[in-house]
Amino acid sequence: MRKLLFIIILALLAGLVRAAEPPPTATFEKRGSFSTRNPIDAAVLSALKRKNIKPAARCSDAVFFRRVHLDLLGMLPEPQQILAFLENRRGNKRAKLIDELLLRDEFAEYQALKWCDLLRVKAEFPINLWPNAVQAYYRWIRDSIRDNRPYDEFARALLTSSGSNFRVAPVNFLRAVQSRSPSGLAQATALTLMGSRIEQWPEDRRKGMEVFFSRVTYKRTAEWKEEIVTLSPAPAGPLVAMFPDGTVARIAPDEDPRKIFAQWLIRPSNEWFTKNVVNRVWCWLVGRGVIHQPDDIREGNPPSNPKLLAVLEKELVSSGYDLRSLYRKILNSSTYQQSPVPRSDHREAEALFAHYIVRPLGAEVLIDALCQITGSTEKYMSAIPEPFTNIPEEQRSVALSDGSISSPFLEMFGRPARDTGLQSERNQNPTEAQRLHMLNSSDVQRRIEQSPRLGALLARSRRDPKKVVENLYLIILSRLPTARELDVIRKYAGRSGPGTRAAAADLVWALLNTKEFLYRH
Amino acid sequence: MSKRESKRTISRRDALKGFLLGSAGLAVSGGFAPLVRASGESTPGLSAPRGKAKAVIQIWMWGGPSHIDTFDPKPEAGSDYTGPLNKAIETNVSGIRIGQLLPQLAGQADKYSIIRSMSHGINGHETASYVTQTGHTPGVDRLVYPSVGAVSSLFLGRNAGYDGRIPPYVVMTRPLGRFSEVGFLGLRYKPFVTGGDPNQARFAVEGIVSRGITDERQRGRRELLHDLDTLGRAMPDDQRFADLDRCEDKAYELILGDAGKVFDLKDEPKELRERYGRSKFGQSCLVARRLVQLGVPYIAINYEGWDTHKQHFETMNRKLPEMDRGFATLLSDLSEHGLLDSTIVWWGGEFGRTPKVAWQAPWNGGRSHHGRCFCAVVAGGGFAGGRVLGSTDGRGEDVDDRPVHPRELIATIYGQLGIDPTAKMPNHRGLDVPVLPPVKAGGAPAGPLAEILA
Repeated sequence: MRKLLFIIILALLAGLVRAAEPPPTATFEKRGSFSTRNPIDAAVLSALKRKNIKPAARCSDAVFFRRVHLDLLGMLPEPQQILAFLENRRGNKRAKLIDELLLRDEFAEYQALKWCDLLRVKAEFPINLWPNAVQAYYRWIRDSIRDNRPYDEFARALLTSSGSNFRVAPVNFLRAVQSRSPSGLAQATALTLMGSRIEQWPEDRRKGMEVFFSRVTYKRTAEWKEEIVTLSPAPAGPLVAMFPDGTVARIAPDEDPRKIFAQWLIRPSNEWFTKNVVNRVWCWLVGRGVIHQPDDIREGNPPSNPKLLAVLEKELVSSGYDLRSLYRKILNSSTYQQSPVPRSDHREAEALFAHYIVRPLGAEVLIDALCQITGSTEKYMSAIPEPFTNIPEEQRSVALSDGSISSPFLEMFGRPARDTGLQSERNQNPTEAQRLHMLNSSDVQRRIEQSPRLGALLARSRRDPKKVVENLYLIILSRLPTARELDVIRKYAGRSGPGTRAAAADLVWALLNTKEFLYRH
Repeated sequence: MSKRESKRTISRRDALKGFLLGSAGLAVSGGFAPLVRASGESTPGLSAPRGKAKAVIQIWMWGGPSHIDTFDPKPEAGSDYTGPLNKAIETNVSGIRIGQLLPQLAGQADKYSIIRSMSHGINGHETASYVTQTGHTPGVDRLVYPSVGAVSSLFLGRNAGYDGRIPPYVVMTRPLGRFSEVGFLGLRYKPFVTGGDPNQARFAVEGIVSRGITDERQRGRRELLHDLDTLGRAMPDDQRFADLDRCEDKAYELILGDAGKVFDLKDEPKELRERYGRSKFGQSCLVARRLVQLGVPYIAINYEGWDTHKQHFETMNRKLPEMDRGFATLLSDLSEHGLLDSTIVWWGGEFGRTPKVAWQAPWNGGRSHHGRCFCAVVAGGGFAGGRVLGSTDGRGEDVDDRPVHPRELIATIYGQLGIDPTAKMPNHRGLDVPVLPPVKAGGAPAGPLAEILA
């Protein structure tokens, strides 16, 4: 009889717990429906309405805080910052946070990584920029982002600079190609600044475009590996080139053909120019281009939402090519601030941005996060010994300037080789080897077991296992654990409690292997 | 079509292919759906190619080994060239002599062929590595091609029905690092790099053999991980997460299954382990044989330390005996196991080294890079033994007879493996890309080296 009573009570309790337990989505969402905050949202919402697709809920504050740190800085926030943000009751706290993060040096570093992938910043094969030139070029790119150099100026410098690869950094744009021929340069320019693959152009346009680069030449100097990018002597008559829109250009001998091309390209009315860059920035932040892939812009590959693309283009042009302002507009939109959990299983939901798109952290961000969480470092060395490249161990992997400086970890997790500048070079699909590494490698195991940060945390909160768990959640997942999760952990740790080193190590290991950690969400 | 939808279609198609292939195919499909299928191209080689050779063991002599101190000795060239290594030794094949520090290999010359006239004229490590490992000239069509290992992984690996738990392309113990071995093929064909050291009491193969974690704790932790997978439970239909879950299942098959035992040398006779030499290289050779026995199609041993600008002869005296023992024992051991006929052993680096010794400071007896001529050695898998192809001049500075471009050797290896050099390889630009380039536009690819085929 007593046994029966016990079972009944137990069943009732279990029922209660179940009833009280919020659904797993609650961790990621905030109440309220999609509200139109700016023209981006209006464009997104009208497309969704047309297809009868319901947008996702607004993401929770914790999810937002983590997300903007990952998307803008390429790093995790720290527990104190997270708690302060969660406790902040001001209505404009998200907008203020965005403004702050956009001014951080880490923002410039992380966005520079994306540009360097695109611009193929790499000392060795097959680009062969050489370390000194990589350093100069990288700094120029990173500082351009930090100083918010208008994008039109940035692009013009890439196209039209002349001088030494060590001293006039943007000339390296015309060196960072696999073949330094007019066709190689035309191909790189089309891909980088127009998002277009020149192989797919009609032959006359392709050949016509090459003419703009036909006088680019490279001269050695007395300094080892220094090269001057300059123009070869003009031919006697005018050069006849063709702009990508089919217009013929006659270039006089005293004109720099590259400048003629830049004048054509860099104009508010030239949609090739703005479309490419706004689509790329959108893709970086949202996980998918309005035109997908972002480097395959062509007639047969239309934008999923043309109105949205037009809004973004207008935004960039009217701000005077201010990229930071474009970031701000996108980040403040309800579209960006959606939860990752879809509310529609419509097959176009993702392409029309009905939710935030989950995607892997990326190789550099992942190894940095592992270092940050465990208090460990990662060592890098240049394969070229001269000049000696010193990479401080505490430097983030995100801030590696040279695509040739790598590690087995970075390669395994899909860091692009920077051979082509194609977006698809960065592998986003999970592999068995990656999974093995996270689940069972001595590398990850060592970082956890020998973590000074974990050791200090355990020493500090020896008598308060709940505090240990909360801190680990904040450090790894940027949020507090739910009641259910606390319960699971308590059960797993058993009598010894989650405050012991072994149990804490298992918990860290488990959290590092959750989708929530491995994916931006 | 959205990404999610396209993936769904793919996995259905995969399942069908898997059905046709039998359960083995089914097990590998889906989670590893290659990019190619998404772009609507066909997947190469659904049926396994039928070559004479089933596997390759590549001994990659990282840094560029000296040709005149190994397989192309020039004892008559004088001490400015030979340094102290001024003798050549007879092999068990009359008329073939090799370097004096390779006595065990001299006893196995009937098993391998030497190509003494390899040449590409490139003296930079990266570009030379690329050319010798891919057969392609850089910059021609702005694609970075995959290495022979990655190409073999494409044509002999999972797509061809290889269903071993161990990945089809294994590298011991460090990755190459000077160029992307997979080129445009993508992560799916990337080698599995073991890390660790097979000469240690425990060969800690990264990811497979872990330190001090019992299977029971592994299982308990996995359960904990699933219990805490809150985002996964919030998004149960997500295709990306399903892909990750499939990778996890495969990973645990390796972690908890028996496959990792192939790396455990405890069961090998002590005497055999000694014969291979108790060095990282020697024991890697032994592991390579075990991997071949298990059916792994491509194993590369990254043998480091041959970039001997300085202290060249000290290094040769130390390293060549180690190499001699490991390489020679690998040949005899493969042969004793009846595996040599179906296994290609390929020895070589990115170039040779300057025959003229740099005695002056700072080199003090070193050899520099030499792409004009160098050696490669091939054995097994249908290659003939006891032959020499090509020759160099009296000082080993230039090719005298029958220059061989790395592309020709690679074409021959592919031929033996049953890989069609004109077959198309998937790439993200959707271009028509053959395994090897034609010699002339529109022509045939480089022909096989018939002289050294059995």
